[in-house]
Amino acid sequence: MRTVVLAKYVPDATADRRFDPADHTTVRDDIESRLSELDEYAVEQAVRLSEQSGGEVLVVLMGPGGAADAALRALQMGATAAVHVRDAALRGTDAAGTALVLAAAVGRAGGADLVLTGMASTDAGTGLVPAMVAHRLGLPFVGYVDELDVAGGTATGARETEAFRERFEVALPAVVAVTDHINEPRYPSFKAIMAAKKKPVEVIALTDLGIAPDEVGFAGARTAVESALRRPARSSGEVVKDDGDGGARMVAYLVDNRLI
Amino acid sequence: MSEVLVLAQRDGDEIRRATAETVALARAFGPPALVVAGPWNDGVARSAAAAGPEKVYALSGLPDDSVSALAVAESLADLAARSVAVLLPSTREGKEVAAHLAARLESGVVTDAVRLEPDAEGRPVATQSVFAGTFTVRSRVTRGVPVVTVKPGAAEPGPATEPVVVPLAATPSPVATAVRVLDRSVRPKGDRPQLTEAEIVVSGGRGTAGDFSAVEALADALGAAVGASRAAVDSGWYPHAYQVGQTGVTVSPQVYLACGISGAIQHLAGMQTAKTIVAVNKDPEAPIMAVADFAVVGDLHAVLPKATEEIVARRR
Ligand SMILES: Cc1cc2nc3c(=O)[nH]c(=O)nc-3n(C[C@H](O)[C@H](O)[C@H](O)COP(=O)(O)OP(=O)(O)OC[C@H]3O[C@@H](n4cnc5c(N)ncnc54)[C@H](O)[C@@H]3O)c2cc1C
Ligand SMILES: Nc1ncnc2c1ncn2[C@@H]1O[C@H](COP(=O)(O)O)[C@@H](O)[C@H]1O
Repeated sequence: MRTVVLAKYVPDATADRRFDPADHTTVRDDIESRLSELDEYAVEQAVRLSEQSGGEVLVVLMGPGGAADAALRALQMGATAAVHVRDAALRGTDAAGTALVLAAAVGRAGGADLVLTGMASTDAGTGLVPAMVAHRLGLPFVGYVDELDVAGGTATGARETEAFRERFEVALPAVVAVTDHINEPRYPSFKAIMAAKKKPVEVIALTDLGIAPDEVGFAGARTAVESALRRPARSSGEVVKDDGDGGARMVAYLVDNRLI
Repeated sequence: MSEVLVLAQRDGDEIRRATAETVALARAFGPPALVVAGPWNDGVARSAAAAGPEKVYALSGLPDDSVSALAVAESLADLAARSVAVLLPSTREGKEVAAHLAARLESGVVTDAVRLEPDAEGRPVATQSVFAGTFTVRSRVTRGVPVVTVKPGAAEPGPATEPVVVPLAATPSPVATAVRVLDRSVRPKGDRPQLTEAEIVVSGGRGTAGDFSAVEALADALGAAVGASRAAVDSGWYPHAYQVGQTGVTVSPQVYLACGISGAIQHLAGMQTAKTIVAVNKDPEAPIMAVADFAVVGDLHAVLPKATEEIVARRR
């Protein structure tokens, strides 16, 4: 079986995440960045499935130069190889353009039995890309999956929304987005870290995918950010130590401020 | 004037308050037409009319034994192409329908709008809260029919109407029925207010040590909803549907009470836009203290029951 994992290189959630004041894109240079934590679950699940029933795990990333670090992390976690789509024209690409590029990269790599993704990126966080990739590839899509097994060309598992939980079954190939409840991503061993150094990472550009520069980036975007303003940071307020009266003082605070 | 499609969020036969809010919001752009998917009966009809649309599309024929987001999107594609905008709930399902629909319409999508206003030309401009609530972004769809998912609390619901009901039959493609549902358990409707719609939310974390009774008692005294941190959910102490944060729900209540929750960035992502934050935590150095308007340093198992008693006493 051949699994492709779509994984994104994102600014760390604890770093000073911000927007470029000129074009309102997410700042991706000079900021601590990493393989999106929510995509680690997809990498982990792909590696577990390959450990159980064999097959390769290809990681596909679209991102700036630094995304090579995220590719390496996925390889350390057990992926077989990586494809990194890197192109200056990609700056400003939105969900639709990202899906166009990722689907083309999956196609160029020879397709997949299973395409695994995270439930949402930790920066843009729209959760739109996976279903859009499925549309481009003409494949069925299952989102918010927190249990997943594959046997005999069929994927079975469970998914959960706000309204219900359901068990499902889908014949492969398919695109599946997984949540952070599906597994516990591994911390790579020293041996795995050394082995990853020898694994192939192919860097490709838009021309390799037959995509014109104006289909992506700002030119191809179907959405635009008009302004991005930092909210005033919350500051800490009154702190009281409980000497038996903490509960009463809390209620007094709520009443005094007409909150209850 | 062409209509604005609004996809209803239903809870059994009831249309949720958030849907009525979105219908009210839609009026700024055109006559709202509410799409209600699934079984249609008098109860649903009443609830749909109460949400205040001009028209209702009753979408039937969705395959029960299949994941339905794509089938809903396919059924709406033609109507949507003729609409001024499509507004959907910012739920997991709503966002899936939005993605499938936008892919077919070749439209842009804006997710998680907390506000939606017309610009000078009357086109929708959305306000979003991003990067764990540290930035406010205004964005718009620039290509195709705007598709926007809207969060609860974006507007006040308008008055009930007497909408025309137009039946709509689903025509799912083979891809839409490819994902077979083997069984489904619908979440029972609880007695407490909806987490995303509540004015007050009382949440418990690892500090509860698995005993949510003090959190629930305080919530009930306040008429509040109950939430939980991921640590509490991962430990199996509270169902996932109540998880607040990056991979749970985001809430924006008047008051958020975090009890035994440290305030990790992923948790803050789900509640940092609350008007007032109150924390109860043993550790004065916990990150939640830095964002709390009022904090009690102490054991929640002692503080919460006292607070509950005090509220009950004041009510007498
Ligand atoms: C990709 C990703 C997504 C995530 N998504 C979410 C999410 O959606 N929501 C979320 O909540 N987390 C999320 N997390 C997890 C998050 O990073 C934290 O691990 C989690 O929020 C911690 O939960 P907690 O505050 O309950 O537990 P802890 O961090 O362990 O904090 C417990 C707190 O309780 C206090 N305490 C202990 N005993 C008592 C007592 N008796 N009385 C009072 N206080 C007490 C302690 O001082 C401590 O501050 C995510 C993490 C990742 C990596
Ligand atoms: N630039 C990217 N490169 C690779 N995968 C991506 C990229 N953007 C999004 N994805 C995938 O799509 C999922 C959802 O992302 P999003 O729609 O941006 O929230 C992520 O968890 C990834 O699996």
